[in-house]
Amino acid sequence: MLATHGDSAKLIAGGQSLVPMMAMRLVRPAFLVDINEIDALKFVEIEKDAARTGACTRQRTVERDDGLAARVPLLRRALAWVGHVQTRNRGTVGGSLAHADPSAELPLVARVIEARMQLRSAKGTRTLAAEKFFSGPMMTSTRPDECLEEIHWPVWSWKHTGSAFTEISVRHGDFAMVAAAAQVALDGNGRCTRAAFGLGGAGGTPLAFPKIAARLVGTRLEDEAIENAADGAAKESDPGGDLHASKEYRRHLARVLAARALREARDDAKRQ
Amino acid sequence: MSETLHKVGVEVNGKPREGHVPARLSLVDWLRDELRLTGTHVGCEHGVCGACSVMLDGEPVRSCLMYTVQANGHRITTVEGLAQPDGSMSALQDAFCETHGLQCGYCTPGMLIAAQGLLDSNPDPTEEQIRDAIGGNLCRCTGYQQIVEAVRLAAERMKK
Repeated sequence: MLATHGDSAKLIAGGQSLVPMMAMRLVRPAFLVDINEIDALKFVEIEKDAARTGACTRQRTVERDDGLAARVPLLRRALAWVGHVQTRNRGTVGGSLAHADPSAELPLVARVIEARMQLRSAKGTRTLAAEKFFSGPMMTSTRPDECLEEIHWPVWSWKHTGSAFTEISVRHGDFAMVAAAAQVALDGNGRCTRAAFGLGGAGGTPLAFPKIAARLVGTRLEDEAIENAADGAAKESDPGGDLHASKEYRRHLARVLAARALREARDDAKRQ
Repeated sequence: MSETLHKVGVEVNGKPREGHVPARLSLVDWLRDELRLTGTHVGCEHGVCGACSVMLDGEPVRSCLMYTVQANGHRITTVEGLAQPDGSMSALQDAFCETHGLQCGYCTPGMLIAAQGLLDSNPDPTEEQIRDAIGGNLCRCTGYQQIVEAVRLAAERMKK
């Protein structure tokens, strides 16, 4: 279907973003291809260094999966901010990633922990890193004849691994003005062995700051080091302004929330 | 313009129902216009207000964001399906009446479905969990306080 109809056909999974956009006539696809009844796209598999989820796995299924929460803790943390129970019961993980809203929570998690997306077409499969997958606001590098098939979420195996997700929105469950996610690992002496963090709603795609995060490795993640990292990230971010929040306010939030996420992730790691 | 009709079989409130529907017909429109189950309300029609909430295989979803054909082979419970078999109100519905958990009533079917979904999986919810569960449902009359009280009261009664 996708190979024949190209851009005029759209895949529909949970429909929690696509159907509202159709209701508002923002998109008017000639064909909808429903993938909801494809059981092969609905699974959670936990492997040694990665967890895999099928693209059509419901957000609520992922949120409730204790094994997944233990290995990829950012997923459950982020999903608490995604829409409402009714939309998570229907909305899918792959759908949210493919929709690629720059302020959405799951794309941010994917970008921060460097998830990989497996895409499939009639010609075969290929895998893209989150950085390559998200190409712009509501845009991905998926070709018109490709379907997101599964997502590989890296598992951090350090004992003291902590994570945090936070955001500011008008009301809980609304689109985030800015969101921040962080994951850090500490050694037995409290020194950082790995750090990753990123921002949603602060640019055309979810943003991650691997170079800034690398400078945190070896520190004890003191508040001052965290403030510097958050400040650097806010300067690199490029948020837009709208009637809910100006560009300046969003950049301010980017700095405050990045610092908050990093501090909370550090404190979480200490408890592990 | 004539549209292709698709045959659907859906269990609605415990009864098998059949229909022939265009692919574009939303589930809420089928429930209301074809099955005449007008308890489920249509509000915003784009997934914001929660008035159209129904249970799909026992879990609350928005019926304005689903097409009827997608419900084929599944189980739907609408607000009409919450009452007891003899037609009397459920514990949750009674609690809504007693605590004045509704005024104009437009949001009520969606609130009842969301709250019942919570109580089915969590018989003793905290206030925070109640507020989270009805967080996807807009009410412009009550200020939500009495709705939270209603869910709390129903939970206490159902425990006994």
